[in-house]
Amino acid sequence: MENMNYETVIGLEVHVQLKTRTKIFCGCPVGWGGEPNTRVCPVCLGLPGVLPVLNRKVLELAVRAGLALNCEVSGFSKFDRKNYFYPDLPKAYQISQYDNPLSGPGWIDIQTEGGKKRIGITRAHLEEDAGKLVHFEKEGYSGVDYNRTGIPLLEIVSDPDFRFPREAYEYLKTIRTVMRYIEVSDCDMEKGSFRCDANVSLRPTGEKELGVKVEIKNMNSFKAVERALAYEVKRQGELLAVGRPVVQETRLYNADLQKTFSMRSKEETHDYRYFPDPDLVPVILEKEWVEEIRSSLPELPGPRSERFREQYGLPEYDAGVLTAERPLADYFEAAAAHTSNYKALSNWVMVELLGKLNDSDSTVEESPISPEQLAGLLSLIEKGAISGKIGKQVFAEMFAGGKDPEVIVEEKGLLQISDEGELDKIVEQVISENPGSVADFRGGKEKAIGFLVGQVMKITQGKANPGLVNQLLRRKLT
Amino acid sequence: MGSGGRVKVRQKNKVTLNQLTAHEVADRVAKREVTAVEVTEACLRKIDEVDPLIRSFIRVDREGALWRAADLDRRLDEGERPGLLSGVPVALKDIFCVKGQEITCGSRILKGFISPYDATIVRKLREAGAVFLGQTNMDEFAMGSSTENSSYGPTRNPWDPERVPGGSSGGSAAALAADEAITSLGSDTGGSIRQPASLCGIAGMKPTYSRVSRYGLIAYASSLDQIGPFGKDVEDIALVLEVISGHDPLDSTSVSLEVPRFRDALVDDIKGMKLGVPRECFVEGMEAGVEKAFRAGLEKFQALGAEVIEIGLPRIPYSVACYYILSTAEASSNLARFDGVQYGIRSGEAEGLLDMYESTRRAGFGEEVKRRIILGTYVLSAGYYEAYYEKALKVRRLIKEDFDRVFSSCDCVVMPTSPCVAFEIGARMKDPLQMYLSDIFTISVNLAGLPAISIPGGFDERNLPVGLQIIGPPFSEEKILRTAYTFERNTDFYLRKPELKE
Repeated sequence: MENMNYETVIGLEVHVQLKTRTKIFCGCPVGWGGEPNTRVCPVCLGLPGVLPVLNRKVLELAVRAGLALNCEVSGFSKFDRKNYFYPDLPKAYQISQYDNPLSGPGWIDIQTEGGKKRIGITRAHLEEDAGKLVHFEKEGYSGVDYNRTGIPLLEIVSDPDFRFPREAYEYLKTIRTVMRYIEVSDCDMEKGSFRCDANVSLRPTGEKELGVKVEIKNMNSFKAVERALAYEVKRQGELLAVGRPVVQETRLYNADLQKTFSMRSKEETHDYRYFPDPDLVPVILEKEWVEEIRSSLPELPGPRSERFREQYGLPEYDAGVLTAERPLADYFEAAAAHTSNYKALSNWVMVELLGKLNDSDSTVEESPISPEQLAGLLSLIEKGAISGKIGKQVFAEMFAGGKDPEVIVEEKGLLQISDEGELDKIVEQVISENPGSVADFRGGKEKAIGFLVGQVMKITQGKANPGLVNQLLRRKLT
Repeated sequence: MGSGGRVKVRQKNKVTLNQLTAHEVADRVAKREVTAVEVTEACLRKIDEVDPLIRSFIRVDREGALWRAADLDRRLDEGERPGLLSGVPVALKDIFCVKGQEITCGSRILKGFISPYDATIVRKLREAGAVFLGQTNMDEFAMGSSTENSSYGPTRNPWDPERVPGGSSGGSAAALAADEAITSLGSDTGGSIRQPASLCGIAGMKPTYSRVSRYGLIAYASSLDQIGPFGKDVEDIALVLEVISGHDPLDSTSVSLEVPRFRDALVDDIKGMKLGVPRECFVEGMEAGVEKAFRAGLEKFQALGAEVIEIGLPRIPYSVACYYILSTAEASSNLARFDGVQYGIRSGEAEGLLDMYESTRRAGFGEEVKRRIILGTYVLSAGYYEAYYEKALKVRRLIKEDFDRVFSSCDCVVMPTSPCVAFEIGARMKDPLQMYLSDIFTISVNLAGLPAISIPGGFDERNLPVGLQIIGPPFSEEKILRTAYTFERNTDFYLRKPELKE
């Protein structure tokens, strides 16, 4: 490998769109799609004379996010102007936070091949989104849609702690899970409510100082991030291997070609001339309010997954899947309150429930089977009232019609036959009708008994208690 | 020297409607002694008569004003309760957004911009029953002290048309001095209300920063800008201030204080009041006529029972430098939005985005605006920020401390408003620094965020008006108004009017 003597250093900047009804500095509704310039007002259009007023909900969500990222949430923060010209930026400056971000240093744990890894969070600050340029190439002009202008964003900057592209991928997944957990953002990359830029550099292994960094933009999915980073690491490694320097620049990722391309060099970078926005007053957070928000935070996915392993004795994989989304974990716990066979419950949720939900393209919240109903089904199986196989049939009925499992079993006559007298007759019949298999079994072919059990199940349409049938057969044949 | 002002003292029994004060008009309209239409017509007639010479207005909304006045009359006739400014024709500086009106801030670059919304003060004035006559001339984007930096040509001083009316709110000041309007409003970033009030012989007040909402005021330097009234007398200042003050949910920097009934502060008595005179104000370059009038004013205060004491504001000499760093820094950012993308003019010959920006701004902005944008961009640049912007912020704090200390030993500070009277058009255009220094007495007040008024304080030997400035601690408008009112009641400077040759 070319870059064997080099260590990869990656840092990520994630933009999370905060889930508010209105924009950050005006009362315009936040939305997606629709006609251009229909969710705008003088304030977000940056008309002469307008002033921004901070949306309080934005502050609350940003504090939630900061606390969930284990950040120090600052009692004092302020807004600054980031000055640059671009047609999608109507004031020619973006209101952001420069030297007093809302949230200071923090961390988040991610899962890697080598186990848990702690990633440092440098800061998380608030800023407003810009508009969108629309190019009409045939007509030869461009337009600007300001609907997105002023949508609240939280920029989460990580420390340069990633050594492999895969870690960056895991980090993004974790950030998304956490943000969705605490209901701060939908984190929908397709709708632009979750965006990511990366800084990549290589340095000789063992070296403390960072190498020349390259900023990568335009990565539109988690996979794209991983691929872009892998490409970039390889590109830089190849340069260094032949003794050529890496140039400090911004590069755009092209997902079709799976390559990065130079966008602008360091010489062309902006001097943003940050200074405090005189139109906004500093944000002073009261300690009590922050603590109130802290106490309202739900249990986060990391700790919850660990608790699932301990409390329910689940394997790491199960705990991870079940806690990845808060509604699913809530569902599991609601059902677990009514059963003690947690591993079986986990299987039913992960395989049957998620499978059916996937097929019908619906969410856990939309599940026609309530957690209590699922627990009811499990207890029917556990009690031996129905077999596991019949259970799946009942589950399908429940999913289709929302009925209680007991009702379905009753209506369809699916109760398991565990009456020895009744089964005895059928077992006799099967023995007499299958002399070949009987002889095989007696001759030592253990497998033959399976066939005989199957015959009994066939006659009883699956309702016979398979364990009991097995017992009866053995008793009669030995 | 120019011809000097010819003086006529207003006599109460011989006034025409356009010469009335706002409180007189509001009172008589409320009693239905005169109609809003009659007063508005009187103002429009005066505008027709003198504005071709004075050029206070950039645009006059004749139809809108008459329609509005007629509507007010009808509603009052139907028994609607009159507002504080019912039927009062008001001239607005071309810097306040008025819904449906072209607003250009004195600049070519905003030509064609029709505001889709009302500034908060415009809404409040409307609700109080004011009639808007149109937009008055100003230095482009409020940058200047003479109204010569307007893209629409200079305004002339009614006391001597060869001279400037001061600036940047020169149009609003001249309109009032010439009785083209009953009252008018301006904005004050470094003296832009007080200095033209001084040069035009009328009253003008800059309230405490945050007292009046800035929503809809096209920003020059956001941390210094404040809206305020001009008045033919101090009572009008109190009246209009009462209408426009108060917290505004649309301006985060506006203060949540209850608005006092400022007219109640108008008491003719300042016995025992301590007035501080900074020794630093007797600067080199102060005109003899100004100093003479100022010293006479101090004697008047003493005669009225006030104690005049000498104080020190040692950091005042730094205020001009400090101001031109902070104000230009903010301006460079505030004026960046005028880029030809969304509104105003756009250069038609541009090739590509950067060229469009550059040619639009090159064609749209005047010299002074360009100068300040460049200055402001420089002081915020990487490597210079600490040496200029950050340092200036520190100096600003020290200037504020100077005033804080002084106000522990006196009620108000008294200074001339300007070291000079109205100067001749063109005389200072070649020397921007000299122009900047003429704001030496007003600028520190903005840096400290204080309230201050300029009232007619006498005349120089050429009969050109000299302004007297009264400065108070934050939110002490009532004390300032009382001091100003007492001075006014015991002098007749405010009653003198320029006699305009046609």
